[in-house]
Amino acid sequence: MPHAPRTLPALLAGVLLLSLAACGGEQSTSTAPSSAAATKKITVYSGRSEELVKPLLDKFTQASGITVDVRYAATAAMAAQLLEEGERSPADVFFAQDAGALGAVAKKGLFAPLPADVTSRVPETYRARSGEWVGVTARARVLVYNPGKAPEQELPASVFELTDPKWKGKVGVAPTNASFQAFVTALRVQHGEDRAKEFLAGLQANEPQIRDGNGPILEEVDAGTITVGLINHYYLGELAKERGVTPDQLTAKLHFFPGGDTGALVNVAGVGLLKKAAANADAKAFVDYLLGAEAQAYFAEQTFEYPVVAGVTGPAGVPALGELQAPDVDLNDLDELETTITLIKDSGLVP
Amino acid sequence: MRKRAIRLRPVMLTMAVLAVAVALLPVGYLAIRTAEAGWDKIAAELFTVRIVRLAVTTVSLTAVVTAGCLVLAVGSAFLVVRSDLPARRLFAVLAVLPLAIPTYVAGFAWRSTFDGFEGFWAAALVLVLCSYPYAFLPVAAALVNADPAQEEVSLALGRTPWQTFTGVTLGQIRPAIAGGGLLVALYVLSDFGAVSTLRADTFTRAVFVAFDLGFDRTGALVLSTALLLLALVVLVAENATRTVGARHASLRGSRRPPTLIGLGRARWPVAVLLTATACLSLGVTAVSLVRRFAEGVSRPRGWAEVAEALGNSVVLSAAGTVLTMGLALPIGLLVARGPGRTARLLDRLTYISHALPGLVVGLSLVFFGINVAYPIYQTPWLLALGYAALFLPLGVAATAAAAAQSPPVLEQVAASLGRSPLTVLRTVTIPLLAPGLGAGAALVFLACMKELPATLLLRPTGTDTLATSLWRSTSVAAYAAAAPYAGLLVALSTIPPLVLAARAGVLQKPRKRNRS
Repeated sequence: MPHAPRTLPALLAGVLLLSLAACGGEQSTSTAPSSAAATKKITVYSGRSEELVKPLLDKFTQASGITVDVRYAATAAMAAQLLEEGERSPADVFFAQDAGALGAVAKKGLFAPLPADVTSRVPETYRARSGEWVGVTARARVLVYNPGKAPEQELPASVFELTDPKWKGKVGVAPTNASFQAFVTALRVQHGEDRAKEFLAGLQANEPQIRDGNGPILEEVDAGTITVGLINHYYLGELAKERGVTPDQLTAKLHFFPGGDTGALVNVAGVGLLKKAAANADAKAFVDYLLGAEAQAYFAEQTFEYPVVAGVTGPAGVPALGELQAPDVDLNDLDELETTITLIKDSGLVP
Repeated sequence: MRKRAIRLRPVMLTMAVLAVAVALLPVGYLAIRTAEAGWDKIAAELFTVRIVRLAVTTVSLTAVVTAGCLVLAVGSAFLVVRSDLPARRLFAVLAVLPLAIPTYVAGFAWRSTFDGFEGFWAAALVLVLCSYPYAFLPVAAALVNADPAQEEVSLALGRTPWQTFTGVTLGQIRPAIAGGGLLVALYVLSDFGAVSTLRADTFTRAVFVAFDLGFDRTGALVLSTALLLLALVVLVAENATRTVGARHASLRGSRRPPTLIGLGRARWPVAVLLTATACLSLGVTAVSLVRRFAEGVSRPRGWAEVAEALGNSVVLSAAGTVLTMGLALPIGLLVARGPGRTARLLDRLTYISHALPGLVVGLSLVFFGINVAYPIYQTPWLLALGYAALFLPLGVAATAAAAAQSPPVLEQVAASLGRSPLTVLRTVTIPLLAPGLGAGAALVFLACMKELPATLLLRPTGTDTLATSLWRSTSVAAYAAAAPYAGLLVALSTIPPLVLAARAGVLQKPRKRNRS
C-alpha cells in the first residue's frame, strides 16, 4: 500500500500551512513587550500557580478595569528569566512564591521601592527593609505526620530531634525546594553555620526520604508510606481540595514546632514592582489590591495561607498566625543564600 | 548545464550555515555567560568530587539506556519486520507509541504506582521504555529496506541463522542502529522529566537543582557546559561507528520482500514478551492517569480552555516544525548531495545543543530575544526558533536519510534539460524527499508538543498549551484537572508515531511468501 505513506505527509503539510497562517494571525493579538504607559494594562510575572491566582486576577480586572497579562512559571525559572531580561523585561510586577526569589531579583537592582503607604499595611516582619518587595501571604513550615505511624505525643518538640536515630528513614524532605532553603538559612541565622551544617549532616545520615516537592511528601505521609515530613502548612488544604474533603478529614495532620523553634519558620509569598513600573499607577493599584481585604480573604479561603494584613480572618483548621510560636528570624536576613546553598550541596542531600 | 547545478551549492551552504547558527545559539549563550562567570567560579564548580559523581552517573545512565534501547529496538524491530509473529502490525504500533508519552508524565506515573520506585535503575527503566522508539523506527525502516540476497547467500554458504543475523543483518542495519543510538543518547543527556521525578543524579538534574537552589544561573550554566562536552564525546563515538558502517548503504534496485523467519514454538511466548513490554511502556502510565482522574474532584476550568490549549499546542508545534524542517532541508541536502568535511561538520554541529536541557536552551533564546531580536520576544516566532534550536537534529537526520535514498541522477537529468536549480529543487528534489521530510516533521512536531521548560520561558504571555496546562495543574496537586490535558497530549501525540510507523514500512501487510 504505497498510497497511505504518501497522502499522510501531504495532509500534514496542508495542516502545517494552515497553522502557519493561523500563527501569523495570532501574532498581532499576542503581547509584544508592552510599554509602561498607563494603558490600563499591566504585565505580571507570576511564580505562583495560575490555578490559584487567575480567579483573583479576574476579580481585580472586573473591579478596576485594568487588564492583566500574566506569565506563569515556577518561581525559580521566573526569577532566572527576569534576571536574564534585566531592564528590558516586559514585566511590571513580579509575584513570587517565596521571599528568596524576590531577594535575588532585588539584589540585581531590578525592583523599584514600593511607596510607604503600601508597605506600611504589612507588618515589618513580612516585608523588605528596603521597601523593594512586600509579603502578600504568610506560610508556616510544619511537620506533617501520619498519626497511625507516629502518635501525636511522640512528635519532636524541635526540628533538631529529627536527626535522632529514632527517625531513621522516616523523614520526608524536599531539599531543592525554596522553602526548605529558607528554613536552612534561618537555621544559620538563628544557630550559626556550624549548627546548621551539623543538622544537615545528621539529617542526611538518618537516610531521609527525599522528594522533589512538598506535594509528594504530603501524599506519602497521608498514605502512610512516609511517617513524617517537613513541608509548608497550606499543602494540606490543596490536597484536601483535590480529594473533595476538608483538611481535617485527611489522615495526615500538621504539627507546628513550639517555642520559637526554627522548624516553625514563617515565610512569605510576595510581590515587587519592576523599575519601569515605578510610576505606573495601574501596577501600584494591583499591589494595593493584593493587600486589600478581598484578596487577603481569598488567599485564606482558597490557598489556605495566612493573610498578612490585620483584620482578615485566617485559614480554617490551623492555629491563627498570632498564635504560632514562630522563630525570631528577620526575613530580610534570608536573602543571603550562597552559604545556604553550599551547605545543602555539601550535605549530599542534593546532587 | 553543469554550471547551473553547481551554482546552487553556495546558496545551500549559506542556508545551512544559517541553520547551524540557530542550533548554536545556546552554545554561544553558554560561552558568553560562562566567560562572564570568571575562572574562579568555573573552577569552583567544575573541579569538585560532585562533578565527578555527576559525570559518572550521567555517562552510566546514558550508556545503560542506550544499550537497553538498542537491544529492545533491534529485537522488536527484527521480530516485527522479519518473523511470523502474530499481530505484527499491532506490535509495530505498540513499539512506536511510547514516543507519545512525555518522560515527566511517565516518571510521575511510575513513582506514584510503585512505592519507593526511584534512583538510577528506576530512571534507566523509564527512559528505556520511553525512548526506545527513537531507535526502533530507523532500525525497522532499515530492516524493511535491506537487501535479503545477502542473508540468503550467507545461509546458503552454511552459516547458521544466528551467525547470519550477527554477521550480515546487523551489518546492514548498522548505520540505522548508530543513528538511533545517537538520538537516544543525546535525549538521555538532555532529559529532565525522568531523572527529576525518579531522582537520578545526572548533569541535567543538577542544572535544574542549581536554578532552584538560590537561582544560581552561573552554576547551572557551567554544569551545562560540562554537558556539552559529554555530547561531543557521544558525537565522536557515533561518528567512529559510521565510518566503519559506511559500506553497508542499502542497495536499491529490485526490491524483494525478505524471508520471514518462522518462530515455531517460540511464536506465542515472544508475543507475550512483547505484550509485557507494551504493558510496561504504555500500560502503567495509562492506568495511573485514569486512576488520578477518577480519584480527584478538581476539573479543568472549562472545556473551552482545554480546546484552546489544544489549538495552541497544534499551532505552536506546527510553526516550530515548519521552521525546523525549513532549516533542516539545506543541511540534509548538503550532507546527501555534497558530502565532504564541511557538510559533515555542519551536520554534526546541529546535534550539540540537542543534549542541553530545555530550560537552558530557553534561557539562551530569552537572551537572544532581549538583546538581538526584541521585536519578536514573547511572540510565537521566538518560540518556534527555540523549537528549531532544540530539535533541528531530528529534522536533519530524516532529511539526510531521505536524500541519500533518492537517486541524484533525476536531478541531474532535470538540470541537463535546462531547468533552473530552484525549479529542480521545487519540482524534483522536494517531491522525492517528501515522505522523508514528512517523517522528520512528524518527529519534530511530537517533540515540540511534549516540550515544557523552553515553552514556559518563550511562549507569548497568556498562551497555554497542553503541556503547560498539564504542568499548571499538577503543580498544585490538581491531578484530576490535569488528566484531560494529559490524555489529549498523549492522544494527539499518537498520530505522528503512526505516520512514522507507516513511513518506515512496518505497517505494511505481511507478505504471503507461499503465494509467490
